[in-house]
Amino acid sequence: MTEPAPATESFLGGKIRIRRVTEADLDQVVSLDARVTGNAKPDYWRDIYERYATRRLDERFFLVADVGDDQAGHPILGYIVGEVRGWEFGSEPCGWIFAFSVEPGTRQQGVGEQLFQAMSDAFKSAGIRTMRTMVARQNQLHMAFFRSEGMVAGPYIQLEMDIDDKIPD
Amino acid sequence: MQKSSRLAIYALVELAATPDRQVSVSEIGEKYRVSAHHLAKVMHTLGRAGLVRSTRGVGGGYSFSGNAKRTTLLDVISLFEDTSDDCQLADPSAATSVEWVLFDVMCEIDDIAKATFGAITISTMLKQTERRRQPVGDEAAQD
Repeated sequence: MTEPAPATESFLGGKIRIRRVTEADLDQVVSLDARVTGNAKPDYWRDIYERYATRRLDERFFLVADVGDDQAGHPILGYIVGEVRGWEFGSEPCGWIFAFSVEPGTRQQGVGEQLFQAMSDAFKSAGIRTMRTMVARQNQLHMAFFRSEGMVAGPYIQLEMDIDDKIPD
Repeated sequence: MQKSSRLAIYALVELAATPDRQVSVSEIGEKYRVSAHHLAKVMHTLGRAGLVRSTRGVGGGYSFSGNAKRTTLLDVISLFEDTSDDCQLADPSAATSVEWVLFDVMCEIDDIAKATFGAITISTMLKQTERRRQPVGDEAAQD
């Protein structure tokens, strides 16, 4: 990937830095996710880290935001995870964002926007021109955010069913 | 979406684009090719909801007084239409299975529409409007 967009001043009183996740960040990512979703998933995040932060880094991006300089120990303000996927259901390769969160106390201060922009830049550097994500209908926070960044309904519709409700032939 | 809701959204986006400017009803009506009479009623409703404020006298007009980042299209539509429970079966106790299945389909569509309208703010509309400037409509309106 290309270098992330330069850090900019924010109301946080410092510079938001977007960088790749490190193993040392993992506990904070687990903690942020648990606080936002109410469900701690350390094994899931360990697996996501192994798959998206250690292999095929030219098309897998696990990025975090902090108020950064080069010193360690800054709290993680948010994260975004995405990868290039191709030919699923006939789709040309596109960038999929499948995890995204911002620390509740630092929302509306540009953290999410910079994470989104960095992911967009990363996909572009991988030769990708379309980004996709999936949002729960009732998740107005994420829906409104992705809309404000310019995302609109795509050409695919997500379908699902309860397996026990299968219509008999 | 009813005509009043559409006019309200046009007017709010128009006013929010230049929050310091007073815009007259006739100016907005001319731009969107609608009667000033109908628009005046819409503006009155928006005023009662605190989304616009009016100033009387020379140079007066309407200005945006809401929160563009917090006001969604669903908020605006709800001022003019009943969005609380759009999906209703007329007589559930007598409904047939076909009516129930069609009802489920209509509810599915309603849910998606509400989720979409509820996620798009006036601020997002402004951003999208900038990206999609129309050489004919937008330029003619500035003349």
